[in-house]
Formats: sequence, C-alpha cells, structure tokens
Amino acid sequence: MDFSLSEFQGMLADSVGKFVDNEYSFARRMANADSSTGYGEDTWASFCELGWTALPFPEADGGLDGGPLETMLLMQQFGRGLVVEPYLANIVLAGGVLCRAANAAQKARWLQPIIAGDLQAALAIAEPQNRYDHAAVETRAVRDGDTWVIDGKKSVVFNGGNADLFVIPAESDGISLFALASDTPGIDVQRYRTVDGSTAADITLSGVRVDDGALLGAAGEGLATFDAVIDDAILAVAAEAVGIMQALTDKTVEYCKNRVQFGVPIGSFQALQHRMVDMLTASEQSYSLLLWATMACADRTDEAKRAVSAIKYQVGTAGKLVGQEAIQLHGGMGMSWEVDVGHYFKRLTVIGQILGNADWHLDRLLD
Amino acid sequence: MHVSLTPEESAFRDEVRAFFRDEVPRDIHDKQARHIALEPEDQVRFQKILYEKGWAAPNWPVEHGGTGWTLVQKHIFETEMANSNMPRIVPFGLGMVGPVIYSFGNDEQKQRFLPDILQSNVWWCQGYSEPGSGSDLASLKTRAELDGDEYVVNGTKIWTTLAQYADWIFCLVRTSTGTARKQEGISFLLIDMQTPGVSVKPIITIDGSHEVNEVHFENVRVPAANLVGEEGKGWTYGKVLLQHERTGTAGVARTQYRLRQLRDQAGQSVRGSEPLCKDRNFMRRIAAVEVELKALEYTELRTLAAVSAGKAPGAESSILKFKGTELQQAVDELFVEAAGYYALPYVPEQYAPGFPDDQRIGAGTETDSASHYFNFRKASIYGGSNEIQKNIVAKHVLGL
Ligand SMILES: Cc1cc2nc3c(=O)[nH]c(=O)nc-3n(C[C@H](O)[C@H](O)[C@H](O)COP(=O)(O)OP(=O)(O)OC[C@H]3O[C@@H](n4cnc5c(N)ncnc54)[C@H](O)[C@@H]3O)c2cc1C
Repeated sequence: MDFSLSEFQGMLADSVGKFVDNEYSFARRMANADSSTGYGEDTWASFCELGWTALPFPEADGGLDGGPLETMLLMQQFGRGLVVEPYLANIVLAGGVLCRAANAAQKARWLQPIIAGDLQAALAIAEPQNRYDHAAVETRAVRDGDTWVIDGKKSVVFNGGNADLFVIPAESDGISLFALASDTPGIDVQRYRTVDGSTAADITLSGVRVDDGALLGAAGEGLATFDAVIDDAILAVAAEAVGIMQALTDKTVEYCKNRVQFGVPIGSFQALQHRMVDMLTASEQSYSLLLWATMACADRTDEAKRAVSAIKYQVGTAGKLVGQEAIQLHGGMGMSWEVDVGHYFKRLTVIGQILGNADWHLDRLLD
Repeated sequence: MHVSLTPEESAFRDEVRAFFRDEVPRDIHDKQARHIALEPEDQVRFQKILYEKGWAAPNWPVEHGGTGWTLVQKHIFETEMANSNMPRIVPFGLGMVGPVIYSFGNDEQKQRFLPDILQSNVWWCQGYSEPGSGSDLASLKTRAELDGDEYVVNGTKIWTTLAQYADWIFCLVRTSTGTARKQEGISFLLIDMQTPGVSVKPIITIDGSHEVNEVHFENVRVPAANLVGEEGKGWTYGKVLLQHERTGTAGVARTQYRLRQLRDQAGQSVRGSEPLCKDRNFMRRIAAVEVELKALEYTELRTLAAVSAGKAPGAESSILKFKGTELQQAVDELFVEAAGYYALPYVPEQYAPGFPDDQRIGAGTETDSASHYFNFRKASIYGGSNEIQKNIVAKHVLGL
C-alpha cells in the first residue's frame, strides 16, 4: 500500500488544478455551457494541447499510458472546477471502447482524431426500457449478406448532439459494438440540453446499414468491453463527484464565515456547524473510498467489481447530502442561477442519476 | 373521536369534487396534468371561478367573504383541490395581506382592498426579505420617512416572488431607527407597484425559471393612508401573517396526491425487466413517506382544531412548515429517482403551451422531475427557513 503520487501523477494533478484555478473561472464555465455546442471548443483544444485527451490510452495508440489513478486525479480537479467539456463522453466512454476493441485501422480512423480534438464522439449507454441495466440491449444488429442492419433507440446519449461518431452497442447473439458516423443514413438525432448545463441526445436507428469495417472487436463479444468501460466511467464520475463535494464544502464554509445575520456570522451557529461537519465527513469518506476503489481497479484486485459499486453508492448518497446542504446553508443565494453552488449541486444530482443510482449499486453489492 | 365523514360531509366532498371537475375549464386541467406553467391570466381566471362560487377565501371571516366552513369542511376542500390537481392559490393576497388588512387595517382600507383581493382583481407580492436581512428579518433597512402626509421609501427587497406581475406590494419598512428593540421601528406599508421609483429586476433560480425578483425603491412616495395599523407595530402584524403562511405551506394533501401519482407512474413505467413498482427498495420508500404524511395530516388537523377553537396558530405551526417541506422534498427526490436517465434532459420548451405531446423527450412528465426538485429546494428556505423554524420550536415549545 502506498498513497504517494508518482512524479507524473503529481505534475498532472498540479497542472489540471492550475488550469481550473487560473483559466476556468465560473464565468468561463457558464459561457462555455451556453455556447451552441454546450462546451468550449477553445477549452477542448487546450485539453488536447495539454495532452489530457491522450491520458488514458496506451503509448502505442498515441496515449500517455495513464490508468484509473491518472483519470481520477484529472476528474477530481474537473469536478472542483465544474468542467463542462465532454471528457467523459469522448475520452472515457467512446475512447475507452475504441481503445479496447478497435483494430489498428479503426484506431487510426477514429481514436487518433478524438485524441487530436478533430472528432467528437459518444457512447450510447442507455435505452428507453433498460433503466440502469446497460447489458439489457434491445437495439438489434442483423446480418444481411456482407452488411449489418441496425434498428433501435438509445436514450440520453452524452455529447450525442455534438458527436461525429457514435459507438452503438447492439444485440446480435451477444452484444456487438459498432462505430457509426453520425451522418449515416437511418440515424435520427434528437439533441437537447441537460440540467447540468451539458448536452445529450436521444438517437433512433432505423435500418442503419454498415459493413464489417464498423464492427469493433468480434461480433457478439462486446459485453466485456462495454462493462469495463462503464466501470471506468463510474470511477471517473465518482472522482468528479468527490471534487465537487470538496468544492461545495469549502464554498459553504467560506460563505457561512462571511454571511452575517443576527449580528454574527451564521457559521457561529452550532446547528449549522454540525451540518458542515457532516458535509466534510461525507466528502472525506467519499474521497477515502474513491482511493480504495480506484487502486483496487488499477491493481485489478478481486474486489475491483464490488469497489466500483461501493463508490458509486457512496457518491450517490454523500453527493445528495452535500449538494442539498450547500444550497440550504446558502439560503436564497443557493437558489440563484448567478451563484455557482446551484450548478455544482445539479451536476452532483446528474452524477447520482447516471451509470446506476445508489439503490442500483447497493443491490449489486448484495449479489 | 372518529375518522369517517358524516353523510353531510360526504355530500360536501362530492359537491367540491364535482365543482373542480365540471366548473374549472378543461384547458386549466390539461395544463396542470401536462406540467405546463399557468399564465398569470390562467391563475386569475381560476381564482375568479372560486370567487364566483363563494369559495375564494375559506379561512376569512364570513363578514369579509369567508365561507364559514367547519374545520372538517376546510380539510375536505383542501384535499379535493389537491386531488383534482388544481393550481395552487397564489398566497400573497388571499393568504397573506388579506388577513393582515381585515385584522389590523382600518375600515377605509378594508373597503378599499379586501374586495379586490377576494376577487383576484389585484395581484399582490410580499416585500419582507432584503439582501442583508433574511433569517434576521428584524434587521431590515428599507426606510420609510414621513414627509407631510406621505412616506418616502428607499431600499431594496429581494427574493420577491412573482413581483413581475404584481400590482401592489406589502412591505415591512423601517419607520424609526434607534428604538430599544429593532422590531419596534418596523411598520407595515402597502405600496402601489406603479408608483414612480419602484423597479423590478429578475432573479433566475437554479432550475432556470423566473419566479423571484429584486424590488428597488428610490424615493418612492407612498400616502400615509397606506400604513396598516399603527406605526412601529408592523413586526407584530407580520409575525401573525408568517404563522398563517407556515400553516399553509405544509401542503400535505398536495404531497399525498403527488405520491399517488408517483405510485401510478411506477406501475406503468417499464424500466429494466420489470416495472418500477416491483422494485421493493423504491416502493418501501414511497410507503415510508406515506406514513409520515398521514401523521402530518393529523398534526395539521390538530393544529387547525386548536385554531378554530379560538387559539392563534402558535409555534406548532413551525412543525407543519418544516415537516411539510421535508416531505414535499422527499417526494421530489423520488420522482427524480423514478425518472432514471430521463431526469437529465432540460427541455423547458416542451412544457410550453402548444408543444405536441408526442414530440416530448421521455415519457409523460419525467423530464420535469429534476427541475421541480431543484426549484423546490426553496421550500426549506422560504417562509422562514427550516432552521429558523426549529429554533422557534426549541425556544417557544420546548422552552430551551
Ligand atoms: C424561491 C424563494 C422565494 C421567496 N419569496 C419571498 C417573497 O416572496 N417575499 C419575501 O419577503 N421573501 C421571500 N423569500 C426569502 C426567504 O424568506 C429568505 O430566503 C429566507 O428568510 C432566508 O433568508 P436568506 O436567504 O437571507 O438566508 P440567511 O438568513 O442568510 O440564511 C442562510 C442559512 O443560515 C441559516 N440560519 C440563519 N440564521 C440561523 C440561526 N439563527 N440558526 C440556525 N441557522 C440559521 C438559514 O436557515 C440558512 O440555512 C424567498 C426565498 C426563496 C428562495
């Protein structure tokens, strides 16, 4: 057991932290979220220059060979800064599938441009009927001569409205993973904003016809990849949630030190002090569990699978507490769009809703 | 003691139920069912229908237009209104300033203001909170200085709900400084929003909606005749009103109605291999909230029974406020959970009038769940925050 960071990890955490502190003000974040894409294209270009879009990929694929720990360090800072750019969708989700399942030609065609920032991508996780059971795929891919015909619906695809490339899991005697250009005939994209200031889309596939060049890995054998990528994504959003909880706790303590009512700072009321101690505890407990879960996955221990469910349960429940208390202790100010805490709270809420909520993962722990 | 209704009470319930079903226009029912925000005109139209029936202000004394109902009848009315998914009555006129005027106003004020409040001819808003004075309301700074037969008002009110539609605002203002207790320098003043020097600036809340505002007063000249009761007594009047407000915010019947809707929704929405109603974790939580709501329903009835026996709503009304809002918020959370991924889309356009249902993202109104949840975090903050309510109970009920 060793909690120390390598030199590379230290530099990474430092550089992402500095970016968030110096270049990514709340005003910038809101302007990026308000733009037509829902993220800052300049900001995304900076991520590429800084090498962050290459972080989790092997050197052979032009990556920096990072693993779960490196992603954690980055996402925790992104959480602290409430970064709205589609890192999860492009790099962790779509990139994660391509990196694991694509062949060399496919990587050259799709993964390299994602890393370079020339291509926006999205992985379809949910379907209207399957709630959190991502493996219960009803979208079907049927073989027809040399081609595949894909039909189905995908729900709330993160970054789906911006994506040039969709990674689509479909049922064909097991799950097959397809990479589809978003302008392929038969794909209908209904794009919308999401409550956390980001964007997503519902996608309908009707008789979408592609050849084997679109198939990532072997037909019917995509579930292991899909599962592994979902686990990576859970760790990533958990790290983001921990960064958000730390930020909300700090901001709330700061606010309560300065807000004066009844002639004293409201932070002097014990009723509120205990609540802030509870926020800190929830946030610290989540950070501890995050370290365990991330290391368990990085070291591929037997506990890795359970650790993923444990941390998602933890950030779901702790995130709700911290988010709600942050609003409450800010009083009316917490309800205002102009103030950042409400937006942190909304992102925490979204993290609680995706990739399996707290109940879902607690059930997994009973299995 | 018994819980069942008498034949007369049952008949009354049927009458109320039929009234909401038959007399309230379809378009209002429809907007409510589809979560389409009512326009101010819709709201007024609805309240006028109640007025025509004589039911606009069940809690007012009969001589001012109240119904003279028994406690049970009032309870039936509230419950049926919630069960029929009727709009909430905008409280500022009928629930707040009306009672202050008939309790503390002079005859001229009663004649001038009460009929328009009863008929929803005039839209009121509440100007209590200020940037520096929220929980510590008594520290408020908006000044009203007497100059001849007018007050000159200067200051800022904040979080003023629906001030953008208001014709009038009732304010707590400071008429004298340097009193022994800061509460003593506060007066209750009625101000026409059209008076020169009044300006309204929107505040957008975290769900993206425009409900609250800043209201600025710059040398606003208000006739001294608009002072309610005595100068320096505004705090006492305001407190009476706040206790009425707190009793009203419990909203038990409405929360019970929403919980039933959620139960229905859980039976229909097939997510995963089974409908959500087969998920015991989820259904147990619905049941737990239901038990607490039933308890609160009876706590409210006990409080109201005491009130109708002639006691003013006391510190116990604080319990109704914080418990009621906690349960309201618990139900909001359950709606979000039920929506799963479909809590994420933020598509306010699809809750605008005329948006075709079949083009909505997600099933039913599930994409409204998160916005509702975010918006109703306000419930534990406004009307005196839940922390302040607990302080009141600790001090005045427990004697701590
Ligand atoms: C959506 C919305 C609508 C509103 N509508 C109106 C309206 O129409 N008219 C109007 O006049 N006002 C309105 N309000 C204002 C509301 O009444 C105030 O927000 C409320 O009184 C809290 O004041 P504050 O926001 O200044 O918070 P603060 O008083 O600064 O409180 C911040 C936090 O400190 C806590 N706190 C403060 N003092 C204590 C204490 N002594 N012990 C323990 N905890 C304490 C509070 O509970 C809160 O959690 C509205 C507010 C909202 C959010």
